[in-house]
Amino acid sequence: MARWGMVIDLDKCTACQACTIACQAENNVPFAGPEQGAMGRSKHWHDVLAELEGEYSEFGAQFIPRPCMHCEDPPCVKVCPVGATYVDEEGIVRMDYDRCIGCRYCTTACPYGVRYFNWYNPQWPAPYDQYLNPDVPVRPQGVAEKCTFCVHRLEQAKREAREQGRELTDADVVLLPACNQACPASARYFGDLDDPDSTVSRLARSPRAFRLLEDLGTEPKVYYLSEEKA
Amino acid sequence: MKHDGVAQEDAALFEPLIRTGRGFYITVAVLLAIIALGVYAYLRQLIYGLGVTGMNRPLFWGIYITNFVFFIGLSHAGTLVSAILRIVKAEWRRPFTRAAEAVTVFSLPFGAGSIILDLGRPDRMLNTILYGRFQSAIMWDVTCISLYMLSSIFYFYLALIPDIAVCRDRLDVGSFRARLYRFLALGWTGTERQYHRLDRLMDIMAVWLTMLVVIVHTVVAWIFGMTIVPGWHSAFIGPYFLAGAIFSGVGAVIIATVILRRVYHLEEYIKPVHINAMSLFLLSLSLLWFYLTFVEYFTTFYGNEPAHMAVFNAKFSQEFSPLFWAMVVCCFVIPVVILGNPRTRTITGAVVVSIFVNIGMWLERCIVIIPSMARPRMGGIGSYTPTWVEWAITIACFASFILLYVLFTKLFPVVAVWEMHEARQRSIPEAVERVRSYMPGATASSLPREE
Repeated sequence: MARWGMVIDLDKCTACQACTIACQAENNVPFAGPEQGAMGRSKHWHDVLAELEGEYSEFGAQFIPRPCMHCEDPPCVKVCPVGATYVDEEGIVRMDYDRCIGCRYCTTACPYGVRYFNWYNPQWPAPYDQYLNPDVPVRPQGVAEKCTFCVHRLEQAKREAREQGRELTDADVVLLPACNQACPASARYFGDLDDPDSTVSRLARSPRAFRLLEDLGTEPKVYYLSEEKA
Repeated sequence: MKHDGVAQEDAALFEPLIRTGRGFYITVAVLLAIIALGVYAYLRQLIYGLGVTGMNRPLFWGIYITNFVFFIGLSHAGTLVSAILRIVKAEWRRPFTRAAEAVTVFSLPFGAGSIILDLGRPDRMLNTILYGRFQSAIMWDVTCISLYMLSSIFYFYLALIPDIAVCRDRLDVGSFRARLYRFLALGWTGTERQYHRLDRLMDIMAVWLTMLVVIVHTVVAWIFGMTIVPGWHSAFIGPYFLAGAIFSGVGAVIIATVILRRVYHLEEYIKPVHINAMSLFLLSLSLLWFYLTFVEYFTTFYGNEPAHMAVFNAKFSQEFSPLFWAMVVCCFVIPVVILGNPRTRTITGAVVVSIFVNIGMWLERCIVIIPSMARPRMGGIGSYTPTWVEWAITIACFASFILLYVLFTKLFPVVAVWEMHEARQRSIPEAVERVRSYMPGATASSLPREE
């Protein structure tokens, strides 16, 4: 059984945000619009956070692309009263949109802020409503949602491999999620962290590797590579 | 004990059940108008979604959750005054017991209800029963609050039975109410054996409810405390919420009883000496509240952890500081100044302080809950302004609570008539006997309550 994880090389990342846009389109993440956006209601399953450091004249910025961390011990799953969010057998933290009661305990509990809530029924201005991805469900008003590591693409890749009568390989998945596929700097990798030869597990062992808020003990499965933080 | 005696002695207590003035209808009409506005606001929220509120990311919870904690807190008054003071045999509790139990029973639905008002999908509320997972603190709350609600309604009803029987036998009211009293009285005839059983059962329930009070409010606090959110994740939050709950609850009982005293002319029953006892109680709770608040924030300040300090600064010196300092004034400065001075510790003084305490405790719930979300560990600073929908629903919750209370005062005596009667008949000699038993030379067999 695979244990899916991601590695993002911050030394290669140019903060172009192609990942964010690709995710938005792939996963039918609706636009909030300027008014709702100003209220803090924009949705980005994938976001690029800017951490500003230092004082004026010696200003530095660290850009951190942020998908869901798919924690081994996710605080969001622990608090869900109805089991609407859960860790699947391959370690992906997923949502059951039909079961969620919209209490927003998970969105509050997640220390990475990767969870979003549907304040309204989602709407797309024309012609974007014609471009919805049929592989990803549109979430109704009143439920929480989040990055799925593009689990629908993963399912499809598995299906294709099965049809061709072969195992899923590292090359099949390394650029599988929409964010990885769109990355022009080749800064992102996806794969099986349990396979010692996979790209991600090799990179996760790098001395440059670290994870976000590691001291909280959530055991994220997203690793970052950076000379500075190493 | 005979009904005749009861009804004649305490005729004043039955007066509101018989005569209804214009004030009652005006009050009910005003309350209904406020509730109607709240219902309209909630319908909008139901149709358009929680987007009509001011909640956002990262401030996923707003004043609905504040109201939830506040109302549950308020509900602890009844149990405290009625059950705990019963256990410690504080005789001055007697005119307060029913008014306090009514605060409990009528505020609990709005505590539990606020959670439902806050749900994105109230239509799926029953998923908590179908798919409930006890790993989540919300399920602990669902369980404890349901149990607490059932137990406190039962306790409230138990203490009503003898008075309902008096209403059944002595009141000349319309046929609907006559039937209601007959049904609810459960064939109570007021024999010595019935009183004995009632007393035993109420003693047991008093202990059970006291235990539930501690559990319920701790579990309410654990919704926050069990997460790793800075400012929430503290073992201290349970006792802190519990003390605050009792604090605001005692204030609410003072407000309710003083209003009843004025409106229903119960000056004979609720005397300055009673209010004075409650005021001193409120004052000591204010000091306790200050101590707990100081300990909580000083620990955070000295530890100086960045994530926790961000929340601390938001409360002490940044956008939440007006609310924070208003809370300190309402919960500590005003109670100590007014109630600490015997000259201002009057009935008016007690009511003024109680109103400030309740405003302050509502602010305290805000201050504990909201700033922590405004300073998440990742992703910048959040802000939150409630919309008219949230205010309308909040005010409607308070109006509904008051409406239930007002209707209750027209159906049942607001002071437990049989408890007053019991006090006259039995408690005075018992108290004398008890004091005697404390003295040297007394034997254990002279202890009271061997009915």
